[in-house]
Amino acid sequence: MIFPLLLAVSEPTGAPLLAVMNMWYALPLIVSVSLVCAATRHEEIGPILQHAMRFGLWIVVFMAVVMGVLTLIGMLA
Amino acid sequence: MVTTTIPAADGSTAPEDLIKIELKEPWIAALLAWMLPGLGHIYQGRTGKGLLFFICILGTFFYGLYLGGGKVVYAAVPWEQQYRWQYLCQLGVGLPSTPMLVQRSKALKDSNFTGFMAPPRRGPMEWKDDSGKVSKQPNELAMWTLKYHPYFELGTVYTVVAGLLNVLVICDAAAGPLVITQNQGDRAQSKKKEP
Repeated sequence: MIFPLLLAVSEPTGAPLLAVMNMWYALPLIVSVSLVCAATRHEEIGPILQHAMRFGLWIVVFMAVVMGVLTLIGMLA
Repeated sequence: MVTTTIPAADGSTAPEDLIKIELKEPWIAALLAWMLPGLGHIYQGRTGKGLLFFICILGTFFYGLYLGGGKVVYAAVPWEQQYRWQYLCQLGVGLPSTPMLVQRSKALKDSNFTGFMAPPRRGPMEWKDDSGKVSKQPNELAMWTLKYHPYFELGTVYTVVAGLLNVLVICDAAAGPLVITQNQGDRAQSKKKEP
């Protein structure tokens, strides 16, 4: 079920969602925000990196869910 | 000289496990953290975190500036030029964003002034796109938005986020890490369970 969504066509460009290059610009931002937010919560490097990975993953999953919902709405419309 | 303590990485709050952090003079650390991200932490001897903040925040800021063709950071207020609320967030990065204030004062004296971090000029102007088509844009900001699209918006987001992240860093420099202890977490969970 996820695979068709990933290959879903996004209107109006007609390009598969993951091929929309602008979306990949979110990646450096996610890394930067995760590291800084985690570093303001911990003092040692180990917990900082662990927290950053969890936080970054949370952001990616959240964005993917929103992307999936919007794609579904677009397909149903 | 101010010090603070935070629980150990495993959450232990036993006195022997607490991590002691020397904040030195918090107001100096906060000021240095604003001037250059990470400098406040380096002043306090927290060099690892200082370098992390320096690389992440300034990397984000300058990458955003590069994406936007050097045009996304400029100062403008509603009653003088085309309003740019984003500059209030971009100021959070500190000294790297202050040239825009200097450029703004020059632009106020000369409406045709243009340059690095200068605000966009008012008035219609022509723009020739890559295909050679000439269009008339209402002002220079419209021209930049069109010329650099979508990187003008992306660059703006990057620089704004960098400035806002530095606000967290300033708080960390002034008061230490914001740690949620296990007790606070349990209290939050018990509040959720109560009807």
